[in-house]
Amino acid sequence: MSTLQIANRSFESRLFMGTGKFGNLNEMSAAVSASGSQLITVALKRIDQIAADDELTAVLNLTKIDLLPNTSGARTAAEAVLAAQLAREALETNWVKLEIHPDPRYLLPDPIETLRATEALAKLDFVVMPYIHADPVLCKRLENAGTAVVMPLGAPIGSNKGLRTLDFLEIIIEESNVPVVVDAGIGAPSDAAKAMEIGADAVLVNTAIAISNNPLHMAEAFKQAVIAGRMAYEAGLGPITSRAVSSSPLTSFLFD
Amino acid sequence: MTDFKEILDQYSWEEIQTKIYGTSDQDVRRALNKEHLTLSDFIALISPAATPYLEQMAVKTQQVTQRRFGKTIQLYAPLYLSNECQNICTYCGFSMDNKIRRKTLNNTELLLEAMALKSMGVNHVLLVSGEANKTVEVNYFLQAIALLKPHFSQISIEVQPLDQAEYQLLQAAGVYAVLVYQETYHREVYKKYHPKGKKSNFDYRLDTPDRIGQAGIHKIGLGVLLGLEDWRVDSFFTAAHIAYLQKNYWQTRYSISFPRLRPAAGSVAPNFHLSDKHLLQLICAYRLWNENLEISISTRENESFRDHIIPIGVTTMSAASKTNPGGYVVDPQALEQFEVSDERDMETIKNQIRKMGYSPVMKDWESTYSGLIR
Repeated sequence: MSTLQIANRSFESRLFMGTGKFGNLNEMSAAVSASGSQLITVALKRIDQIAADDELTAVLNLTKIDLLPNTSGARTAAEAVLAAQLAREALETNWVKLEIHPDPRYLLPDPIETLRATEALAKLDFVVMPYIHADPVLCKRLENAGTAVVMPLGAPIGSNKGLRTLDFLEIIIEESNVPVVVDAGIGAPSDAAKAMEIGADAVLVNTAIAISNNPLHMAEAFKQAVIAGRMAYEAGLGPITSRAVSSSPLTSFLFD
Repeated sequence: MTDFKEILDQYSWEEIQTKIYGTSDQDVRRALNKEHLTLSDFIALISPAATPYLEQMAVKTQQVTQRRFGKTIQLYAPLYLSNECQNICTYCGFSMDNKIRRKTLNNTELLLEAMALKSMGVNHVLLVSGEANKTVEVNYFLQAIALLKPHFSQISIEVQPLDQAEYQLLQAAGVYAVLVYQETYHREVYKKYHPKGKKSNFDYRLDTPDRIGQAGIHKIGLGVLLGLEDWRVDSFFTAAHIAYLQKNYWQTRYSISFPRLRPAAGSVAPNFHLSDKHLLQLICAYRLWNENLEISISTRENESFRDHIIPIGVTTMSAASKTNPGGYVVDPQALEQFEVSDERDMETIKNQIRKMGYSPVMKDWESTYSGLIR
């Protein structure tokens, strides 16, 4: 299987994981390890930079996996840019998962503020990974603004509803010059496999693993599903047809 | 834009009451099987007809809450600034006619209290005061916030209703949430419990969440004082108020609290009793109606109830609270607002949360997100 290249880094694993919502931090770190993920996202607002004994920071450091800070909580581009700068300092990384969802009910991303923040952050040499609606035009605009990837949603964050935006994800994948990471809504390993089969470059999963009765096994299941989906995509899936294809009644006269 | 007063005036208390108590078994089952619930479904779920379905409601509440909020409980503690008050509220320990020594923290005392909270690991703090508009007013709050901001990642306030311009100042100073409880949506009953002081103005209080929303504050906390009137009807109006606010201030988070009347110096006994069973029913009804609502439980509730409710809908809890100004270190004997029921310390409560399979969260905010000019 091919490796995934984002900015100056290459990834063997195409599964990114979120670290929120776990009932137990040790369970979280075990799940993260089982997922094989090489990039895990954490909300800047959850990290306590002052307290020396911050439990979350300690557990995350133990996993030895690179952290991708996210700007969850920001409502505007200005807030997100400031948060990204703070995160760069705190976690010593210029990678940022840009999340601007001013609607606290469904946490739907604000396209206008996200575009503005991407423009600003790209100029500040950040590797920007913006969470967005599955909007193909916005993806092209973000590309022009210097984004590293696009992260369209499959369904609202935490909904576990799967790939409700499938048709638009397919357009985005077809048109994109940057990696497409399907983020949010992936509720089951089969959803992740499906995203990979249609050609997504990676997926990001959190809720489905975190609130499972056995996060460790669920993380492993997602790992395998992502590998299977990617392998199938690279091998090339056969076309889907509802009836058997027999002879060519319309064109056969040419060869008679 | 229609304001909430106009909406409230369109309803009659009795009509809603009749609707609630006339709910059929079928109404309840229909509400339980829906994915997007309306206010009518909320009525069904708080009705006596829904009580037999409590276990089913609790199971669904747990699933929905875990999906949206994860297996986490956010912890905060109140910091009482002052118990001076010019209102007469017949149920409250701070009521003006309660002839007890009054105290307002000065800067040094405030920082001592803050350090006590910090040493307990508190990072989200709720500032509380009575209503003394001459001394404990917006400038006092601004000064307090400036002192506390370097030490806490999230500062919320529960003080007297203020004007929109004052809320804007607080927003710019870094206030995250404002909590203001209507106490009761029954206009006449409200008058009876709040006979004197600025608080006796029902409409000004009713309009307060709008002023908070317009000022761009991140979160608004609502609630009624459970025990003043029929909790079912009051809760319907609370939900209707939230529904109205969500449509108008769509960038704002909402939280709901369930203050049950607790014994306080000089207070009256509750007129309407809300049992544990019904409080749980109410919590589940809110969650099933509104998946995104933050649900907060204070130390007014006892240990056993708080422990059992951790996995059923709650998102936020106060812990190790003192409800008197200076209560942590400066002046532990000062007049308290109400008697705390769950007196366990922070570590004990954190361990209890872990024992229930949940993760206690002390920090879920970045002060960067508060106070930028919008």
